[in-house]
Amino acid sequence: MWRDALAVAGKDLRIERRSRVGLQQIVPFAVLVIVLFAFALDPDRGVLVQAAAGLFWIAVLFSTLLAVQRSQAIEGADGVRDATLLSGLDPSGVFLGKAIAVAVQLLLLEVVLAAGVVVLYDVDVEGIGTLAITAVAATVGLAAVGSLYGALATGLHVRETLLPLLLLPVVAPVLIAATRASESALADTTFEVAPADWVGLLAVFAVVYVAFGLVAYGSLLED
Amino acid sequence: MRKGTSSALTLSLGFAAVVALSATVVLGLTLPKTFEQEEYSRLIAVHPGVAWAAYIAFGVTAVASALWLLPRTRSRTWDLVAGASAEIGVVFTALMLVTGSIWGRPTWGVYWVWDARLTLSALMLMLLVGYLALRRVPADPDVRAQRSAFVALLSVLVVPVNHYAVEWWRTLHQSRSLDMTPSDDLDGEFIAAMMLGLLAFTLVYAWLLVHRVRVARLEEEREDEALAVAIDERRREAEVVG
Repeated sequence: MWRDALAVAGKDLRIERRSRVGLQQIVPFAVLVIVLFAFALDPDRGVLVQAAAGLFWIAVLFSTLLAVQRSQAIEGADGVRDATLLSGLDPSGVFLGKAIAVAVQLLLLEVVLAAGVVVLYDVDVEGIGTLAITAVAATVGLAAVGSLYGALATGLHVRETLLPLLLLPVVAPVLIAATRASESALADTTFEVAPADWVGLLAVFAVVYVAFGLVAYGSLLED
Repeated sequence: MRKGTSSALTLSLGFAAVVALSATVVLGLTLPKTFEQEEYSRLIAVHPGVAWAAYIAFGVTAVASALWLLPRTRSRTWDLVAGASAEIGVVFTALMLVTGSIWGRPTWGVYWVWDARLTLSALMLMLLVGYLALRRVPADPDVRAQRSAFVALLSVLVVPVNHYAVEWWRTLHQSRSLDMTPSDDLDGEFIAAMMLGLLAFTLVYAWLLVHRVRVARLEEEREDEALAVAIDERRREAEVVG
């Protein structure tokens, strides 16, 4: 399963490296979103600094939608889906591979976006370790549920409009948990709920969706 | 022959629902005014019952989806039940939010507070709306049934995570100043009105569910028949030409 997963992830990441869709479209989109937030919220009144963590994760959620749609578009082109079925790859491996590729892209995007937030919003980072762990835990969950719902919406006529409606309410807890955990890393203040608890919640979310994807993806591929 | 969706079962369910609802209305309107909430306290006859029916609907959708996914119990009926229950669930969830807001305005001074339970209900409504949107997408019935069953199950699996997320989220901003759990010192007649409301809305839910499932089945039969007729016509055309 792991070998198949790495093969699929390698394939997706190679395609992305060559096509540069992520670099030339998704990353600029995410940066654009945080610039637009600065226009919407007056930068002089300190609102941006207070809301930085939340705005960052909103931008990541929007980018996740794009990354997932892109990841499924690769599968839809040139009969890749049929070829995957015929290749005898383990469906769980295919799911893991797709999710790993999306997660890697999202993590790279988050690094760029975090740098953008620090520079543009003038935010001080206190706990870089907390931030990194939060990002990894949240991203694994986002990539897993995104890949699963992306596959679920493929082949349907209205997938572009359907995917956000299905995915965003499901990832709402990720937004809450990741935002709170990041906030404590930015402000270096302790809240009533420790960042470790939020990261734990993100981990539970990730485990649930990875497990469900491993079981369910095979039957989604078949039709 | 014209096919209907009523039967002895729905007639008796419907009759029981009407009786229970009427009794709820009478009992609810004769409740005494309370000191803190005045007339609004009578919403206790409506709001908990509506919320209860919404939770039942959500649960039935999840269970029916699971039964569809298990090969041993797979049948079209479970898919239709899941969809019908979700549709009714959306109505009850929306009613729960509306009656809650009407109650909240005099009690807390605002229509909406970002309380954990309210937030969770709003999320539930969004999940149900997404699920119904998926069901409306034209697709092969089995494909659609499978995908909507996955979405329904995932929506239920995420409920505990949502629960903790919104609970912890709110503790950051306020200690529970708005304690919304019913207090223990409720008078007997208020409890009676609430229980009657629970029963009445459960009966209404069950009655709607049976009818909605039967309507859905008739719709499917109608589609199949229309297709058969169309195929038949095309064949006859071919014979004439040939």
